[in-house]
Amino acid sequence: MTALWIMRVLLSHWMRHRMQLATLLIGLMSATALWSGVQAINQQARTSYDRAASAFGGGNTAMLLPGDDVTVPQSLFATLRRAGWLVSPVLEGRVRIGERSVRLIGIEPLSLPRDAGPAPGLSDAKLLQGFLSPGGQTLIAPRTAADFGWRADQVLTTESGERLPPLQLAPDLLPDLLVADIGFAQTILRQPDRISRFLIDPAPGGERLPLAQVAGSQLRLVEAGSESDLQRLTASFHLNLTAFGLLSFLVGLFIVHSAIGLAFEQRLPMLRTLRACGVSASRLVSVLLAELVMLALIAGVAGLACGYLIASALLPDVAASLRGLYGAAVPGQLVIQPQWWIAGLAMCVAGSLVAAAGALVRVLRLPLLVSAQPYAWQLSQRRWLIGQALLATAILIAALAAFRFGTSLLTAFAVLAGALLGAALLLPVLLNVMLRTGEAMSRGPVALWAWADSRQQLSGLSLALMALLLALAVNVGVGTMVGSFSKTFLRWLDGRLAADIYLVVPDPNRAAGIEAWLRQRPDIDAVLPAARADVRIGGEPVELFGLADHATYRDLWPLLEARANVWDGVRDGRSVLVSEQLGRRLGIKLGDRVRLPTPSGDWIAEVGGLYADYGNPKGQITVNTDQLLQRFVAAGRTRFGLRVKSGAIPEVMRELESTFGLGRRDLADQATVKAESQRIFNRTFAVTSVLNAFTLGVAGVALFTSLLTLGQSRLPQLAPLWALGVTRRRLAVLELCKTMLLALMTALLALPLGIGVAWCLIEVVNVKAFGWRLPLEIFPGELARLLLVAMAAALVATLLPMLKLGRMRPVALLKVFADER
Amino acid sequence: MSARIAAIAFTVLAAILAGPVPSRGQGFSGLGADPGGFAPVVRGRALIFPADHGAHPEHRIEWWYLTANLKDASGNSYGVQWTLFRQAAMPGAQGEGWSTQQLWMGHAALTSATTHRFAEKFARGGVGQAGVETKPFSAFIDNWQMKALSPDPSALAPTELTASGKDFAYRLRLDSDRGVVLQGDAGYSVKSERGQASYYYSQPYLSVTGTIVLDGKTIEVTGQGWIDREWSSQPLASDQTGWDWFSLHLESGEKVMLFRLRHADGKDFYAGNWIGTDGKSELIAASAIAMTPLGTTQVAGRPIPTAWRIAIPSRGLSVESQPLNPQSWMDTRFQYWEGPVTVKGTQNGIGYLEMTGY
Repeated sequence: MTALWIMRVLLSHWMRHRMQLATLLIGLMSATALWSGVQAINQQARTSYDRAASAFGGGNTAMLLPGDDVTVPQSLFATLRRAGWLVSPVLEGRVRIGERSVRLIGIEPLSLPRDAGPAPGLSDAKLLQGFLSPGGQTLIAPRTAADFGWRADQVLTTESGERLPPLQLAPDLLPDLLVADIGFAQTILRQPDRISRFLIDPAPGGERLPLAQVAGSQLRLVEAGSESDLQRLTASFHLNLTAFGLLSFLVGLFIVHSAIGLAFEQRLPMLRTLRACGVSASRLVSVLLAELVMLALIAGVAGLACGYLIASALLPDVAASLRGLYGAAVPGQLVIQPQWWIAGLAMCVAGSLVAAAGALVRVLRLPLLVSAQPYAWQLSQRRWLIGQALLATAILIAALAAFRFGTSLLTAFAVLAGALLGAALLLPVLLNVMLRTGEAMSRGPVALWAWADSRQQLSGLSLALMALLLALAVNVGVGTMVGSFSKTFLRWLDGRLAADIYLVVPDPNRAAGIEAWLRQRPDIDAVLPAARADVRIGGEPVELFGLADHATYRDLWPLLEARANVWDGVRDGRSVLVSEQLGRRLGIKLGDRVRLPTPSGDWIAEVGGLYADYGNPKGQITVNTDQLLQRFVAAGRTRFGLRVKSGAIPEVMRELESTFGLGRRDLADQATVKAESQRIFNRTFAVTSVLNAFTLGVAGVALFTSLLTLGQSRLPQLAPLWALGVTRRRLAVLELCKTMLLALMTALLALPLGIGVAWCLIEVVNVKAFGWRLPLEIFPGELARLLLVAMAAALVATLLPMLKLGRMRPVALLKVFADER
Repeated sequence: MSARIAAIAFTVLAAILAGPVPSRGQGFSGLGADPGGFAPVVRGRALIFPADHGAHPEHRIEWWYLTANLKDASGNSYGVQWTLFRQAAMPGAQGEGWSTQQLWMGHAALTSATTHRFAEKFARGGVGQAGVETKPFSAFIDNWQMKALSPDPSALAPTELTASGKDFAYRLRLDSDRGVVLQGDAGYSVKSERGQASYYYSQPYLSVTGTIVLDGKTIEVTGQGWIDREWSSQPLASDQTGWDWFSLHLESGEKVMLFRLRHADGKDFYAGNWIGTDGKSELIAASAIAMTPLGTTQVAGRPIPTAWRIAIPSRGLSVESQPLNPQSWMDTRFQYWEGPVTVKGTQNGIGYLEMTGY
């Protein structure tokens, strides 16, 4: 019963300080919202990877994958089965139907493991009968069929002229997927007698011969639960998002911390009175705890709702980047799981408990009868600064060690977090030094007081300033990184998109006709045939890309490093060019020899050059087109780049469209491809920018609440000055200047820190996450703009408390002397 | 082993694996059974070896079937079953590779007095996962195999036989000093009064040696085996509800094959062959066969007549049959009872009993 009364007394404080309650709730809400929003996006993406991977091979099924090649001969199926391996063959590829490119999976239902994927199995005779009937069936999810405007029993024809078995709606099937019997899939995908992978039935069978004895090195075993390619590739992207979410959460906690600190400060007399009335310290703390948890839960639920909104708003962009970068299909519709709510609330409650821990400990130790002593701040602040400096040094040393010895992306983020945290902790120390210097150089009592008072303010403002520093530094860092990337990317794109028109004709016979037609046109300077093939090197999927031997590439194709006469070597098949990220992943260096598995035997070549291949999740090796086609006969001479006389591009495009009926997917001019690449690029960083802005906003709120707190608690310091004759207006202006000075110093310190962060992102995180390194570019205009924004934010945050002070009734200032706490 | 034609193939393969197959009983309105586009079974067609050891894709259904009664050194009894079924889902051209309409199913079992272990396999033809080769003879599905060791392509023995499941395995060698035996009327085995029939021959004179693996223990065994070969195109009559089938090795060295096809109206169809030690096979008149259940055992939730009285007065045979393990239930997709039996009476012997439709 008493607890309830204590609670009422405590809550009455919030009734009188609604603004304060609002800041506390806003702090908690924004922390929870950003964190849980990011988590919701990550969860959604991961769920869809799992689902995509679980379609006939992936996460839950052990598999045999080709060792070198992309596919293996079908004869291995019988060999494996007869050696006791309970395997089921799968062939996977993409087909183009109309304007769409759809994933097609060929399965063998009799041997398919029961849990491998939603397909007709032995347990449902009727379904199986239809699927295996001579006419066959193509399974498709009803939703996908509806999206694509297809209906049941429709017979689709691929662009290369293959007819699919009639469509059959399969409710459990994944979206954007077609499933047919493997026999049909081999015909449709033009991969006769080829298998992409074997799924291993987890059901216990009899004994089996060792894999190496059965298949040599043609196949490798991948255990169930291994990470899928998609999970591996996207891990860094999600780690980036998580890091941002966590940063926002921490900044939000700064707000909570200062709001709780303020409430504690103001309720100190009330708490003391309660204790004097006989409420035990432990009881008081438990009621305070209950109050805190209650507030955290309210704010948490609201924060989760906001998080949901943020996630829904960001998801389309994230989904677009994931599709553009990794080809991962993530549905744009957010599906939230219950554990997300629970985790979000738990995070919110735990966060507020951590933020309030200091205040609660002070309540436990509250001296009952001792009246408020004048705060011996100097002594205490010095100890506090020394402690903080030591801690900062330790953290910075740890970050340095992580940078020196770490290899993973996680350690890269540890370096980043350590640098940021260390710098933040060091901030009050540096500010203190700067203020001391200012004090030493100034004359006159008011100026001396102002400098000294600023130093005294440090301990109260430092958390908010640290939040501002972090937010600004991250903003500068991310902005610089994105800017550097953007600049490099555009320059690279100019070189990379050297041809004027790009043309893909899936049917090689038709392609030959078009090539002949192109070659006799006077307005076309060059027809540059390209080709591609997929191989596996060291277990990695690698794209082989063929380029014609032409001055276009010799002059324009951007190479990071190259040997002399590299293009001659490429023409003769002696040399190949390796993409930067593949080189990094496999440890290939200039001058190394690589072994490329081809259908006609191994192709050994020297690495003649390394080139940037931004945005490509797959490793790539560039070779000469003719050399590629000699070795991969099935690859087909189906891609062309055209150099066109200036001004003739629209004409050539139009004639290609009208003469050969080529659509917008087969044919693109350089400008379109460039625009599309930039669009994908911009979307990729759209999320980053939004989160960045959010974080800065949260830091602004943190500064605002801290100043509110200080304004209240600093009256005892200001009252004597007023009594000595300094006007309220002058006091307010002085206060404003002091705060702006602190904010400015913080912002100035944030700039080098931010550039450090950018360096860390570019040199460490990017290299580990994506495998490419960029030159660091600094954009002074951007930095100045950010500085202004930060100062404006600080001004807005300072203005309200200062106006309050300027208008404060003298009686309030007088009261300070009357009832000094 | 005739009745297997109808039920196993047409309930399991037709319903589960196959494409458009006439429903049971379709084509029975006339005199004979309509093979539905498949090759008909004709009386008087001579069986030719080794060709007829191989597959007959123009016929709808076919199997290679081995049962063996075995004993270990301490006198414990075991039974082994190994079966490969083939079915053509469609008549006519059978296609190549994945488009083949040939479907295969394997059953293997190992029975002791206390346990009955079994496994099954399914496969599509055309890709080398299952099939039958002649010259030399080899029938296989995955790593289960019945493989002739002799260079003589027409001989079914000596043969190596292997199969394994999650909780059992066996590797046996089958030897014989005599040739195959034609069942029914020179290989033409009638299945109903309305004309359904199959081609049917056996190799009942097999001596078996080898090892079985049960619960991780490898056990040396010896005994007698029996191979059945049968193929047909015609479905079972619609009113035939199941069958009871015996293959017996009598102590005299004579062999007996008997079956009863149960009819819904109680007018069951009986048939059998008496095979002398010289390999001479004679039809037993339906009127001369008496098969009477002696009592039932509760198996898989249903009563099944596991003990029988068998009488063929014209041959002076009157015996009672007891199962080695009354729970010899094949809990496969098509379920049936199949296990080793012992007969005692005017002659003693061992053999196999199969019962379906219960």
